[in-house]
Amino acid sequence: MPDSTTDATNPAAWPACPAPQDMRGVIEIAHGGGGRRTHQLIASIFNTAFGDPLNTHGHDGAVFAAESEKIAITTDSYVVQPLEFPGGNIGSMSVHGTINDLLMCGARPRYLSAAFVLEAGLQIPTLERIVSSMRAAADESGVQIVTGDTKVIGRSRGDGLHINTSGVGSVLRSHPVGPMQVTAGSSVIVSGDLGRHGVAVMSARESLDLGDAILSDSSSLCPAVLPLLESGLPIQCMRDLTRGGLATALVEIARTSRTNIELDEQDIPVSPPVRGACELLGLDPIYVANEGRFVMILPQEHAKEALGILRETQIARDATVIGQTKEGTGRVAMKTLIGTNRVVEMISGEQLPRIC
Amino acid sequence: MKYIDEYRDPRHARRLADHIAATVTRPWTLMEVCGGQTHAIVRFGIDHLLPDSITLAHGPGCPVCVTPVALIDAAIHLAERPGVILTSFGDMLRVPGTAGNLLNRQASGADIRVVYSPLDALRIAKQNPDKEVVHFAVGFETTAPAHALAVQQARASSLGNFSLLVSHVLVPPAIESILASGDNRVQGFLAAGHVCTIMGQKEYEPIAQRYGVPIVITGFEPIDILTGVAMCIDQLEQGRAEVENPYARVARNEGNATAKDLIAEVFQVTPRQWRGIGEIAQSGLELRPDYQAFDATRRLGVPDLSTDSASDGCIAGEVLQGIRRPADCPSFGTRCTPDNPLGAPMVSDEGACAAYYRYRRSNAETEHA
Repeated sequence: MPDSTTDATNPAAWPACPAPQDMRGVIEIAHGGGGRRTHQLIASIFNTAFGDPLNTHGHDGAVFAAESEKIAITTDSYVVQPLEFPGGNIGSMSVHGTINDLLMCGARPRYLSAAFVLEAGLQIPTLERIVSSMRAAADESGVQIVTGDTKVIGRSRGDGLHINTSGVGSVLRSHPVGPMQVTAGSSVIVSGDLGRHGVAVMSARESLDLGDAILSDSSSLCPAVLPLLESGLPIQCMRDLTRGGLATALVEIARTSRTNIELDEQDIPVSPPVRGACELLGLDPIYVANEGRFVMILPQEHAKEALGILRETQIARDATVIGQTKEGTGRVAMKTLIGTNRVVEMISGEQLPRIC
Repeated sequence: MKYIDEYRDPRHARRLADHIAATVTRPWTLMEVCGGQTHAIVRFGIDHLLPDSITLAHGPGCPVCVTPVALIDAAIHLAERPGVILTSFGDMLRVPGTAGNLLNRQASGADIRVVYSPLDALRIAKQNPDKEVVHFAVGFETTAPAHALAVQQARASSLGNFSLLVSHVLVPPAIESILASGDNRVQGFLAAGHVCTIMGQKEYEPIAQRYGVPIVITGFEPIDILTGVAMCIDQLEQGRAEVENPYARVARNEGNATAKDLIAEVFQVTPRQWRGIGEIAQSGLELRPDYQAFDATRRLGVPDLSTDSASDGCIAGEVLQGIRRPADCPSFGTRCTPDNPLGAPMVSDEGACAAYYRYRRSNAETEHA
């Protein structure tokens, strides 16, 4: 209760000095005004975490020398609820995702930009944790966050925080990597078990008590993909298995390459906790999102060597062959666990948990 | 994984398929009642393991599919009222009403929240005392106990801002309605295992006797379904018409007494409209007079619920009664897709049309592999 009879002689009883609101409290519209509060926010949070590796001194962009003849560029916006989930947060995910997209182009990730849309009311300590995990994720992969932007929107106009990251990388290979390169007679390799990210986020969002066992797989694929790129193996295509999961990625590759892909359901790795959660919720793990898995296609005779390289790494130690490419018209089929065949298609919208 | 892997064992599946092939001497048509079974059949290609002489007709057991358009419209109407939070199971959100669905309304700003249990809806009501929380109480006998429990708890805690929009349906009257129809060609049923987990098998015995059809209580894994088919075919070939329960690991013959008591305490049987099928006598549940304070239609008022209409070019009603198959529909995969569904069976994972679209569409190569 406020006390109108405060003892003016006792400093301990004086009303507390207004806290340095900029840094201790919540994001306010004023943080986006471009003035002093904006600069304070950038200095105290973003510059503290990211530094100024290319000495931009607050300038609008960064300049760097190209290390290769070809440069890869990619961009992605990140929206996730909750902002922090078991195994990661929107910040680490926004760095991993863009790094992984560069890797899938056959490039070594070098520099990232980071743009933030902050919703008024976002807790500043939450933002600090998220930004600091972005730096950690970038450091792990030898990537630098060199330029950025901040905007603030009104309360209830966003999910707390949206992040866009763009990235550039040096292309390591002379021939292209992509679905158009896929031919019949190749092996389809997945880098690890599926569905952890989607199930971890869903269980956090919906407060489902699925135990502590399921952590997001959000991670940089650098340790697995860079040695593959450097090995000179004739990789035809790589795709990270984010939204839409394995099924959507393979359907897109099959359609673009006009090559059929035949999978064997019993070879598709899904951990028991994720399988259990999917059975319970009526989800199919091949459609569930991942943030640290990729699929790779290369000629069958090189599959063993590729698996050898992948399995040396922590992130892809469970890499395995899940199918083959065949001449065809661009379909994906799967041999089911009971030995019959079915088609694998994209799904419409999100998978929604069933009633019973 | 225990309780899953052994029910997906390919050698066991093959043995059952061989037994069925060796037993069958003439064509038979069986119906799996539940949409979850339909989904498993199409996903695993279980029908491809069966002789051509056995036809599986897909049944009406998809709660999303049979909820009448008028109730979807009522849910939309309530959700758009200021101060109302509508809670629903996820797969109801995409089902088309007369104009649009709940997902469209959510996008336009209506406060519609997906819940996994009616008790989550109750929690939302407690957290939002200044709002009216309406839970869209859809489902068969399986979800009825949880809805009954939510209403009892709401009353016990004197919660004045929680109500149900009830659209509960019952399986045995639907089976009986199919058997009584002049178009019927179903000769044996795979009853929905989880419904029997609640209700037991007693209600099915008079149906089996009256219509001379075998009814086998069946689970949802490939081995469960093949076992159900094998036992149905054994009965048909031997001229028997009994209720059998090979799903006893989950469904006890007497059902779950606590759950049945809960349902009986809160709900009473009523006639109910089934989307695409029409009214079936004694086929639904409504709140008992004692609990009508928790009936959203009385509490908040909704427009007339008595009409139902089918979309042009949609044969959902016939699909739901096993009279025609999804691919028999001229709109299937052309005018009607999961992105633009004309009928509810194209929406839910449990809907037959959605299952065929997802696993069988343009699949001539794999279908006969």
